[in-house]
Amino acid sequence: MDLTLRVWRQAGPDSPGRFETYAMPGVSEDMSFLELFDVLNEQLLADNEEPVAFDHDCREGICGSCAMMIDGRAHGPEKGTATCQLHLRKLKNGSVITVEPWRSAGFPIIKDLAVDRSAFDRIVESGGFITAPTGAARDANEILVPKEASDAAMDAAACIGCGACVAACPNSAAQLFTAAKYSHLSLLPQGQPERYTRVVAMVEEMEKYFGSCTNHGECEQACPKEISIDFIAMLNRDFVKAQFKNTRLSGQRA
Amino acid sequence: MKLDSHVPEGPIADKWDNHKFDVKLVNPANKRKFHVLVVGSGLAGASAAATLGELGYQVTMLTFHDSPRRAHSIAAQGGINAAKNYRNDGDSVQRLFYDTVKGGDFRAREANVYRLAQVSVNIIDQCVAQGVPFAREYGGLLDNRSFGGAQVSRTFYARGQTGQQLLLGAYQALARQVHLGNVDLHTRTEMLDLVVKDGRACGVVARHLITGQVKSFAGHAVVLATGGYGNVFYLSTNAMASNVTAAWRAHKRGALMANPCFTQIHPTCIPASDDFQSKLTLMSESLRNDGRIWVPESGTDTRSPDQIPESERDYYLERRYPTFGNLVPRDVASRASKREVDEGRGVGPIKNGVYLDFGEAINRLGRHTMEERYDNLFQMYERITGDDPYKVPMRIYPAVHYTMGGLWVDYNLMSNVAGLYVLGEANFSDHGANRLGASALMQGLADGYFVLPATINDYLAPLLGSPAVGTDDPAFKAAESNVADQTNRMLSVKGTKSVDHFHRELGKIMWNDCGMARSAETLDNALSAIPALRDEFWTDVKILGDGESFNQSLEKAGRVADFLEFGELLVRDARDREESCGGHFRVEHQTEDGEALRDDDNFAYAAAWEWKGVGEQPEVHKEPLTFDNVHLAQRSYK
Amino acid sequence: MTATQANTGQHRQPVHPGTPPAHPVLRFWRSAVGKKWIMAVTGIMLLGFVFAHMVGNLKIYLGAGPLNTYAEWLRNLGEPALPRTVLLWIMRIGLIGAFFLHIVSAAQLTRMNQRARPSKYQSPRDYAAASFASRTMRWTGVIVGLYLIFHLMDLTWGNANPRYVRGDTYENVIHSFKRVPVAIVYILANIALAIHIFHGAWSMFQSLGLNNPKWNRARRTFAMGFATLIGVVNISFPLMVVTGVVK
Ligand SMILES: Cc1cc2nc3c(=O)[nH]c(=O)nc-3n(C[C@H](O)[C@H](O)[C@H](O)COP(=O)(O)OP(=O)(O)OC[C@H]3O[C@@H](n4cnc5c(N)ncnc54)[C@H](O)[C@@H]3O)c2cc1C
Ligand code: SF4
Ligand code: FES
Repeated sequence: MDLTLRVWRQAGPDSPGRFETYAMPGVSEDMSFLELFDVLNEQLLADNEEPVAFDHDCREGICGSCAMMIDGRAHGPEKGTATCQLHLRKLKNGSVITVEPWRSAGFPIIKDLAVDRSAFDRIVESGGFITAPTGAARDANEILVPKEASDAAMDAAACIGCGACVAACPNSAAQLFTAAKYSHLSLLPQGQPERYTRVVAMVEEMEKYFGSCTNHGECEQACPKEISIDFIAMLNRDFVKAQFKNTRLSGQRA
Repeated sequence: MKLDSHVPEGPIADKWDNHKFDVKLVNPANKRKFHVLVVGSGLAGASAAATLGELGYQVTMLTFHDSPRRAHSIAAQGGINAAKNYRNDGDSVQRLFYDTVKGGDFRAREANVYRLAQVSVNIIDQCVAQGVPFAREYGGLLDNRSFGGAQVSRTFYARGQTGQQLLLGAYQALARQVHLGNVDLHTRTEMLDLVVKDGRACGVVARHLITGQVKSFAGHAVVLATGGYGNVFYLSTNAMASNVTAAWRAHKRGALMANPCFTQIHPTCIPASDDFQSKLTLMSESLRNDGRIWVPESGTDTRSPDQIPESERDYYLERRYPTFGNLVPRDVASRASKREVDEGRGVGPIKNGVYLDFGEAINRLGRHTMEERYDNLFQMYERITGDDPYKVPMRIYPAVHYTMGGLWVDYNLMSNVAGLYVLGEANFSDHGANRLGASALMQGLADGYFVLPATINDYLAPLLGSPAVGTDDPAFKAAESNVADQTNRMLSVKGTKSVDHFHRELGKIMWNDCGMARSAETLDNALSAIPALRDEFWTDVKILGDGESFNQSLEKAGRVADFLEFGELLVRDARDREESCGGHFRVEHQTEDGEALRDDDNFAYAAAWEWKGVGEQPEVHKEPLTFDNVHLAQRSYK
Repeated sequence: MTATQANTGQHRQPVHPGTPPAHPVLRFWRSAVGKKWIMAVTGIMLLGFVFAHMVGNLKIYLGAGPLNTYAEWLRNLGEPALPRTVLLWIMRIGLIGAFFLHIVSAAQLTRMNQRARPSKYQSPRDYAAASFASRTMRWTGVIVGLYLIFHLMDLTWGNANPRYVRGDTYENVIHSFKRVPVAIVYILANIALAIHIFHGAWSMFQSLGLNNPKWNRARRTFAMGFATLIGVVNISFPLMVVTGVVK
């Protein structure tokens, strides 16, 4: 099939950027979208032009490295699909496809389509963990976890940290990511002791880098793991609860 | 050089406990005085760095990924083994130990494997405490599945994303240590050289991938947890960036590389569709429980699979292995598919696969049951190929998946270079010549959470009071200029062919001559083809841009350059090992039924290679392997 | 955004700098999640007001007497425990406070969101979920705010209504709505109000964290129903007057 790519090129964080148009004739529809970029880069190299920089690694939708705004949609038109899993057969022959980097002050552009998503690491560092130093754990089956609770935690934990939620959000908010990370831990019995300190720490860290959630729901649609905004409600509720909680009493409830 | 594995004395079940008592300790107040560098943030690296941080050591963590959470471990699907015996089905530490040694075709060190089985139970406890959402039963207890030919259900899993969840657990523990200031995290930082002074590892030199800055890091000990080298085959199920560079540069500084020819091929991957294919995708092994593998009897059959009548299909695994049928071990299944494809009976547009057919299972169990069991896999398959496995049989073919070989380490996980520790897939590991399913995650976490934190003190304790070698030491300066030189050398070739071109060509040589089946002839062929390709690389590679900015072709070039040297060693090791065992199949050495034929009298050893220079014959050192607790036996799956 | 930030690959410089204040109330107010909660709570107050206002105004269909009686009842509310109009004033002050907090929060969040994406997408977005209502909250909010001032000037203070007679609510309304441009303003503003309410009434559940997958569909239905009710009834008043059905 024949495609035309309009790709955002930007040499560095502060350089001006622009769209460049590249014709991609005769590409196979079995290719993935990133393989299309591999081919483009070979083509550019032959023409002595610098290849397009983009992050990628696993190419099977799990590492969360790949990140492209494809025709105004984070990760492209397919629901529940990361850029690396998008295959050309899902695109229309002959179409012009515009590709931009994620845009958010929280994700500064490094070069071309590659952005710095380490603000997500800051959020996790601030409280996205259960304090469980190695060696002190008791037998894994001592605490029962209802299957539904465990499944819900897993639904949240499926987040791959790609940042599509931020990219897609009209406000550049990171609520879905933060809520996913938060809910995963706070839905489990093991996560209860730190629940309220965790929520405040994570929300405040998140708000250092990102916008605010006004409930557009765009993130849920863009998320390659289809993580539900229900988790955002959970995050909001616990944040408010944390303001009123007398945590010194939290040992009284088993 | 004498290889001392430092295996403790005593009965195998007591070795680890005795050893933990015998090693020297560092008192809590003194731990802060030691600086440990950890390279790699996969399961092994992240768990090690987090645990060392918790213990009080000062840790510096380097990873070339943009976040520790993206390390390749994230992609593991199936599960993690542990001898918990929660199923009451007769599992025990002894049985996991036995299965692993036997599965590894008797080429692993018994004492290490036993320890691995022992700590496996602590891993699950640790992970659950961290919040890893393993699958559960309705009663709230942990669920298990059976995996990879084991006769007990000992595999813990989190949907099809076990690696992801385990890595997130370790990453979160690491993040906590970063927050507390115990771990200093450097992302997008690629280690390019090891610094050794007076026989001790004392630091690394790394390049920052965005700024191109070459920087030295000093420490009392260096820990490599940099993953496997499967990408030497170009196409593999490994992530695109997985590479051998860290291990290889350490090898060039004196660390021995052991058993590089032990590579594992996974039988159920989606075959390549064209030349642009950049990687292969694994389809879970569990599919073989309900799928039947076949090819048309005639290689010239062009009908679509549903038009081919039963009588003209060859269910070759069921035919050849009536007892195990479609469930023969990975290596056996892989070689059988290769034979069909090589003999021209392959299916698909480029005749490079075999059918994995669910038609019969769908008829028998109904579509609903199949959806419950495999829906996510079927969807993944459809997304990639455009075919619906509910209607058309899947096409599968084996692909490189895991590498058992790696840097040689002793019982303490220290390499022959003092102060250099190697963990996870990067070491020559506990898996011998073949790894059982769900055992790599177990090993990575065992190494990082439990083994290294208990053994590193033995090395560090006597160093109390001696400061780490400074980064202004000539040894560091020499390594820095070595790194800068290589970068400049690659950039100045200004040839005509892309880095990927060389990687693809190397992959073809490796796969064709040193893949699923190897012979003296093909290996000799590879031994002459690889150096020629390497020379071509150094005269004709084309890399645009400079070394002072984000330059992905340059990154990749360094890795491919190392593969071009390492590949030769892999082939040489395969050539030297005149036997078949596990993932290493020499066609000259097979039973009448075409099974691997081991030669225990001559090859019951780990081959640890010493670097002598580019193109020079490396020297092999042999660590004899003795089996006192498991009896050597030939595998049979008829 | 400074170059050095992206250059380290370790984003550490906050986009929104500053440290949270120590006082828990201020700290809550400073956070965007806190502000959204405040917007939801004040939003509920405002929804209650809008609903009660609408119910009261329905008396217009019963004629001048009932409407004026209702207006008078409002002023007497709380008697004899409280003096006349005191409770009404308390409610008014509460409402003014709610409006104030709602608007200030919205303004501050808008500014925060603008800072969070200083350079916009350079190609058109293709929204998958963000509705017209959700993306125009800012504008429908401003429209409703301006309209509110006009509405007060028109029917409470009387400065926008030449034939305003204090206390004669029914006549004031009829005279005002008889003017075609005014009726149009009322109709358009109430469309904006309904759109604003549609997103707000759904969104407040999220902001408050009142969430149970079993009820998620009901939230949408509620928002849609509530917005439609308010919109249709409120629009009916000017429409009926301007078309002469109600005289
Ligand atoms: C598709 C797939 C499925 C699998 N499924 C299973 C399974 O179900 N069960 C199982 O037990 N095993 C499975 N495995 C195997 C298992 O995932 C790996 O063996 C294991 O995760 C390796 O972990 P690691 O920590 O050793 O290395 P990795 O996770 O590969 O991490 C390597 C780290 O080193 C860093 N690094 C490497 N080189 C450098 C350098 N030069 N400088 C700086 N940093 C560097 C990288 O950034 C990365 O952080 C699977 C493997 C694959 C490919
Ligand atoms: S919540 Fe979804 S979109 Fe956001 S980072 Fe996680 S996986 Fe990506
Ligand atoms: S490359 Fe890993 S998720 Fe796309």
